[in-house]
Amino acid sequence: MRRRTGTSGLGLALALALPVAAGLGFALRSGASSLTLVMAWPGLPRAMLLSLLPGLAATAMAVLLVLALLGLRPPGFAVLERLLAPMLAVPHAAAALGLAFLIAPSGWIARALSPWATGWTEPPDLLTLNDPTGLALTLGLVLRETPFLLLIALGLGSRRLDHRRLVAATLGYGKAMGFALTVWPALYPQLRLPVLAVLVYAMTNVDMALILGPGLPHPLAVQVSLWMTEPSLAHQGLAAAGALVQLGLVVLGIGIWRGAEALGHRLILTLAQGGIRGRGLDMVLGPLAFLAAVLFVLFGAFGLAGLALWSVAGPWPFPQALPPSLSLAVWSRAGPDLLATSANSLGLAAAATVAALLLTLSALQGEAPGRSGRMAALVYLPLIVPQVVFLPGIAAALLPLPVPPLLAVAVAHLVFVLPYVFLALAGPFRAWDGRLAAVAATLGGSPWRILLRLRLPMLARPLATAAAIGVAVSVGLYLPTLLLGGGRVETLTTEAVALASGANRRVVGAYGLMQAFWPALAYALARRVKPI
Amino acid sequence: MNRRELGGLTVASAAFWAGRGWALDWQSLLGKARGQTLYFHAWGGDPKINDFVAYVGQLAAERFGVTLTHVKLAATSDAVARVQAEKAAGKTTGGAVDLIWINGENFAAMKEAGLLFGPFAESLPNWRYVDTVGKPATTNDFTLATQGYESPWAMAQLVFEHDSAKLATPPLTIATLAEWAKANPGRFTYPQPPDYLGLTFLKQVLYALLPDPKVLQSPVDAAYDLSSLWSFLDALHPNLWRQAKAFPANEPALGQLLADGETTISFAFNPGRASAEIAAGALADTVRTFVLTGGTIGNASYVAIPGDTSAPEGAQLIANLLLEPEVQARAQDASVLGFQTVLNLAVLNAVDRSRFDGLKQGPATLSPAALGPTLLEPHASWMTRISGDWVTRYGVAP
Repeated sequence: MRRRTGTSGLGLALALALPVAAGLGFALRSGASSLTLVMAWPGLPRAMLLSLLPGLAATAMAVLLVLALLGLRPPGFAVLERLLAPMLAVPHAAAALGLAFLIAPSGWIARALSPWATGWTEPPDLLTLNDPTGLALTLGLVLRETPFLLLIALGLGSRRLDHRRLVAATLGYGKAMGFALTVWPALYPQLRLPVLAVLVYAMTNVDMALILGPGLPHPLAVQVSLWMTEPSLAHQGLAAAGALVQLGLVVLGIGIWRGAEALGHRLILTLAQGGIRGRGLDMVLGPLAFLAAVLFVLFGAFGLAGLALWSVAGPWPFPQALPPSLSLAVWSRAGPDLLATSANSLGLAAAATVAALLLTLSALQGEAPGRSGRMAALVYLPLIVPQVVFLPGIAAALLPLPVPPLLAVAVAHLVFVLPYVFLALAGPFRAWDGRLAAVAATLGGSPWRILLRLRLPMLARPLATAAAIGVAVSVGLYLPTLLLGGGRVETLTTEAVALASGANRRVVGAYGLMQAFWPALAYALARRVKPI
Repeated sequence: MNRRELGGLTVASAAFWAGRGWALDWQSLLGKARGQTLYFHAWGGDPKINDFVAYVGQLAAERFGVTLTHVKLAATSDAVARVQAEKAAGKTTGGAVDLIWINGENFAAMKEAGLLFGPFAESLPNWRYVDTVGKPATTNDFTLATQGYESPWAMAQLVFEHDSAKLATPPLTIATLAEWAKANPGRFTYPQPPDYLGLTFLKQVLYALLPDPKVLQSPVDAAYDLSSLWSFLDALHPNLWRQAKAFPANEPALGQLLADGETTISFAFNPGRASAEIAAGALADTVRTFVLTGGTIGNASYVAIPGDTSAPEGAQLIANLLLEPEVQARAQDASVLGFQTVLNLAVLNAVDRSRFDGLKQGPATLSPAALGPTLLEPHASWMTRISGDWVTRYGVAP
């Protein structure tokens, strides 16, 4: 058993560690010498704060919202649950553009209220987007990451723990308090890795921060990617050094988060020992959770609707709430391109997801009980090391080799798809009742037969969810596709981000909808899978 | 230049990156180009441009059997960085980039680093139509002589745009523009430097503020006093869109603000932009174009060929195709791109000239006469200096 652990996890370990280590080595070598340069940049302290604070705030809010929504299951929760897949499927850039059009002073909310309620005949000069403190960015991240965590939490089978809520309720605990004291402590350890992935993403993302975040200065990761694309070689060193600072910042952010976890743990213990039933809490939190659920549905639905409407809109001046004329010009012009790039996106997603599932299953199957920690640390790697740090190194390492661009991109996609597939699958796989395997083994079942005929069929739902997440992650990848494909591999996302740099809402709307469509289809199919 | 002339100075290693541009017999070039596949790296943020590149690709396939693939970049420097990385990795052929839409500092960086194929431009068959005298920017890219290492394909000039429904007579100087902004706070802004168009606006301001604008044509003196620019901006910023606490990212984002009615005065580096956007239904048909008294900055867009391309013949063929009068007239059509031609219409034959005469100008486009004089781009060092200083002054805190 022990020997098998070594070899079966090897593929996963190599696929995760090798590219990241190579890229990191490159970054350290090229970045360390330029550290003094980046330290001399006057915007550094503020850029670091703008990475750290919105990242921590958005993650904390997302986790608290998941706690409240799962604990209280407010009215509308079922609708929200059904909409999670399409909401998650919208790529980050398109989701950010959808949100921007809702909250901008010339956006949909202002249009709906003007001029009858506000008196505005021209858009007001209000700083609702790109605000210096990053509030719009934080809002966007919360709207985007809460559904992700919620989906993972539901996939972990929090309903299995419903009997605990019942016990708490019979003891007189309120819904929220009962959930927090009995279910959450069992759920959170399985949710921790996804939460940390969210934290790192929130601190280091480029596409959402460019659209929603402040620009004076930009958050650090955005600034690093801007330096990376400057033509002069001096900026390359600056970018590499900035990436190293970003790496340190992410380590700090994770440290702060772990500290907050410890505080939360202590708070739950104190509350439990105090015996406070917290029934009054439901009266306050209930409406808030309901409001949150409604807002998620509204922002998700209207964000997508905004994209759809812009893709068919003629001239659409302020303050008209609907475009006065519609046209299919964008769709008919972009149609052939949309199909061709969809084929690329789906081919890459399928290859990366299948490979990731195989590697994950072989690693999990060979895992000895209680030794999961080592693998978890490895899975962290591509999620903790920011993309802007290690991708240029991989690209540089592959350049002299005769690797076809499509293969290089597929490998890069695997590096990012693998952790999410592993995170989505590891919990349910390990939570599977091992006594069933013992029973099957006494009946003469071989380990492989038990895996294929019993364990996997029973885990069909989490498997399908993991595959859908894999497809969504792959379809949404921008930087890896661009850097390793040398621009020769066109996917829906590379096209959409290139178009988003031109801020043409009509075409971005069409690409955003197509980008959302394929992963949404994958999620919808995953939901139809029934375990035996 | 031909092979014999070069022979005396050919050193095998130097020739590979810098010297592959010997004038080839055009017919044999066409033969070699047939069947080649080219990756044209060009900014992909505008569907009108993407459609135009697709049209050029269609012509290349039909007439010459060359396959042109448009790699749509978010920033031209992505392609420059790619070629740099390839050279660092020792690649001499089979590079990812076969042709780049380029000018200014990206060209200067590639030329200086020896990353370009050439010289080739002046031996293209259609070079004889290029108006190198009337449009000096076709051989002078940000004061750097192109020396045939890039081929021009479109003229650009800074023009201002205003919504005539809200503002009938726009201000025609930088000084009166600032006064107008003071009286109408929040309705004007510029893209955030180091964005190219934002810096172009600042250079236009420099032309208005400096006592002797001729200094802009030489490299900037490190000690040169730019305080007049900063005090002008210090006074202007509180009156800008969002009190200058946020800036649009680039030209399309600035254009979207005009389309959304958030701004009343805007600007672009394409005299035909407003008309093309109106034709596409993306801009109110009351928007009009104007230029400043004394002229506005103009330059040319070029294509260049990286030295490690595996298809130099096909790349030259495309550069030549872009100079074809038929293609130039299409680019100038307000409903297609609205880019001004680089050709000298006087040397074209009657058929080709009529292609231009027949173009509808579009409601918002100024006639070539009304566009007024073109101011030359300052030396690239000015851009670096004001970009760096701007970021330090305004870019690191709201």
